[in-house]
Amino acid sequence: MKFSARAVGMMLLAPVQNLWRRWTRSMLLRVITSTLVVGLAAVAVLGGYVTTQIRDGLVEKRVERILVESARDVDSTQQTFESSPAETPGELQQLVNDQLQALSKLGGESRGLVLLRAPANDSDVFLTLSGSDPALLSIITPDLRAAIATDESQFWQFAAEPDDGGPAVVVGAPLTLISPGDYELYFVYSLSDEEDTLDLIQRVLAFGATVLVVLVVFMTWTVTLQAVRPIRAAARVAARLADGHLSERMRVKGNDEMATLATTFNDMATSLQRQITRMEDLSRLQRRFVSDVSHELRTPLTTVRMASDVLYDARTDFAPSVARSAELLSTQLDRFEELLADLLEISRIDAGAAQLDFKDHELGDVVRDQVETLAPAASDQGVQLRLWMQDGPHIASMDAPRVGRIVRNLLSNAIEHAQEGPVDIAVSSTARTVAVVVRDYGVGLSASQAQRVFDRFWRGDPARARTMGGTGLGLSIAREDALLHDGVLEVSGRPGEGASFRLMLPCGSRGLGLREPLPLDMNENHFPEVGMRVSLASEAEL
Amino acid sequence: MTAKILVVDDDPAVAEMTGIVLRGEGFEPVFCDHGDRAMEIFRAEQPDVILLDLMLPGKSGIDICREIRAESGVPIIMLTAKSDTVDVVIGLESGADDYIPKPFKPRELIARVRARLRRNDSGATGVVRIGDLEIDVTGHRVTRAGDVVQLTPLEFDVLVTLARAPGQVFTREVLLEDVWGYRHAADTRLVNVHIQRLRAKIERDPENPEIVLTVRGVGYKAGGHTS
Repeated sequence: MKFSARAVGMMLLAPVQNLWRRWTRSMLLRVITSTLVVGLAAVAVLGGYVTTQIRDGLVEKRVERILVESARDVDSTQQTFESSPAETPGELQQLVNDQLQALSKLGGESRGLVLLRAPANDSDVFLTLSGSDPALLSIITPDLRAAIATDESQFWQFAAEPDDGGPAVVVGAPLTLISPGDYELYFVYSLSDEEDTLDLIQRVLAFGATVLVVLVVFMTWTVTLQAVRPIRAAARVAARLADGHLSERMRVKGNDEMATLATTFNDMATSLQRQITRMEDLSRLQRRFVSDVSHELRTPLTTVRMASDVLYDARTDFAPSVARSAELLSTQLDRFEELLADLLEISRIDAGAAQLDFKDHELGDVVRDQVETLAPAASDQGVQLRLWMQDGPHIASMDAPRVGRIVRNLLSNAIEHAQEGPVDIAVSSTARTVAVVVRDYGVGLSASQAQRVFDRFWRGDPARARTMGGTGLGLSIAREDALLHDGVLEVSGRPGEGASFRLMLPCGSRGLGLREPLPLDMNENHFPEVGMRVSLASEAEL
Repeated sequence: MTAKILVVDDDPAVAEMTGIVLRGEGFEPVFCDHGDRAMEIFRAEQPDVILLDLMLPGKSGIDICREIRAESGVPIIMLTAKSDTVDVVIGLESGADDYIPKPFKPRELIARVRARLRRNDSGATGVVRIGDLEIDVTGHRVTRAGDVVQLTPLEFDVLVTLARAPGQVFTREVLLEDVWGYRHAADTRLVNVHIQRLRAKIERDPENPEIVLTVRGVGYKAGGHTS
């Protein structure tokens, strides 16, 4: 099984489109999302700033205290050594051990001690440096040692505790032990207390921020919902109104803006209802009138029709002038009946009383039937009808007699204005639209004429005689019929170059597609591109 | 034999003119200009065809149609000034065989009247059986287990047309031509309504027909076993 690139694209796009649709349709979703994003960003920035400040403050203070403390301890140790009478290595060793013990007692558990022989020490007295914690040796970096060696003063840096990786501060200072020479004393202060404090503060802050964000989102949700709910209610009621439930109203609660909205909305609905009811009454009256006129006119017309036909059938027995009168009576009566039928039809459409019988029909067949019917009349006028049809079915849901009438009207009009040139007819379709174009190359019409061509009883050139008969209502009815199908009937033309009429009808209930099966303005050489030329039965006889 | 034709129309001009046309074709017209007198004239004259206007003073054409159908299968042709869908269907459902919209041409009227007078006796005579129905084509009688089923001549024609070729599908257009005598396309609702009426009379369950079957999208055919 192969998927086309289009199908795969659709599959990938579908969830995105779905999400986008929800995003664009729900104000609530949009407001909540933006509140959440803005809230989270604000809390993150603020939280970050506050934490940094607190941490820096905490550490700075502690480092200050550490430096003071270690400097004091180093000084006192130095003095002890300087004033000590110890001279032998054993005594010195004892003194160093005692001092280290005293120092470690003084510092408590949060301070580790390391005593190292300075790299530059060339004394031959060696001390066993047992008091220092060997685990701490790893965090005394060569940089630190080098800095102390060069500066000969106290120096410090941050480090990580060797056992748990927690933050620590290492302070080093040179110590001169008289005869054993220069040593370096390091204090390793753990910052875990500060870290704990910071952790606590951060936890409290995070908790606070979460609560704040949740609260803000909840509040936004509530507030938006309060605003959105009446809007949704209004939309629902409006939809019900549009569906024809004209007595639907919004509930008015309280005195606020929403209540004003509801009141105004209801006023509008009432006004609409009144208008629609009035229009319906008018329409009913009009329909009644049309029906009455139809009946009242048809009764005498029936007699006239029969009498005229009886006279016409017997015309051979009359004097020539009487016989001719009978002929004229008969033909003009045909015209009168046609006009009456068209007038009644257009008032029925105006009154909204047109009844359509929608069924799936092949537009090609409908068009071909009309072309076949009119081909003899056309060739009487020296006009050739050429029908071009794209392959494949052109099936649409339509009222076939009405669509047939549209095509017939377009054809009669084209034949009448073709000036003995050909008339091209093309049928084509897309997935959602079927179309037929009727193009003549005769009189043509200007842009201003094109605007009026569907007007009732309008004539492009009043001096021109009607050769195809017609009532002057044909194109108006054709356009109304097209509209009844949710379709469009358009015209385009230039003076002297003929006119092109295009009828487009939707295939189903989804309306016209965006793609047009045929262009409105078609030239003579466009038609062979549409499809095969259909040979007509009337041509076969010739 | 001169066929007697009852013209029920309240408009004197239409009635007179119709009379002239009918007489010109060798028919014998009788007239009625009021709905309330239609039944009495019908019983007295026993016409062969009735031309019935629907809008009448007194009793309406629809009611007259029903009353005549209750006692006779005489062909009824409605004359309608309205070609609105609903009126035509109501008229057909109340028993009219055919309709002519006003204004009509004399030739059209005569063609419709002749079509109603012509009996469907072109084909073979004898007895046709379909389902549990026995159709005596010559005697114009339909019986089910010895009981006579009352059909109008038109309904009888429809049934015989279908039953003569069991299983063969007849489109509505073919039936319009064979039974109603229309040469050109006509209103297929004529067929639909009369098939419904026929089914109501001959089917055991008109909702689930066994004798006159619908072929969706095409037309109708006679079903059931025949002998």
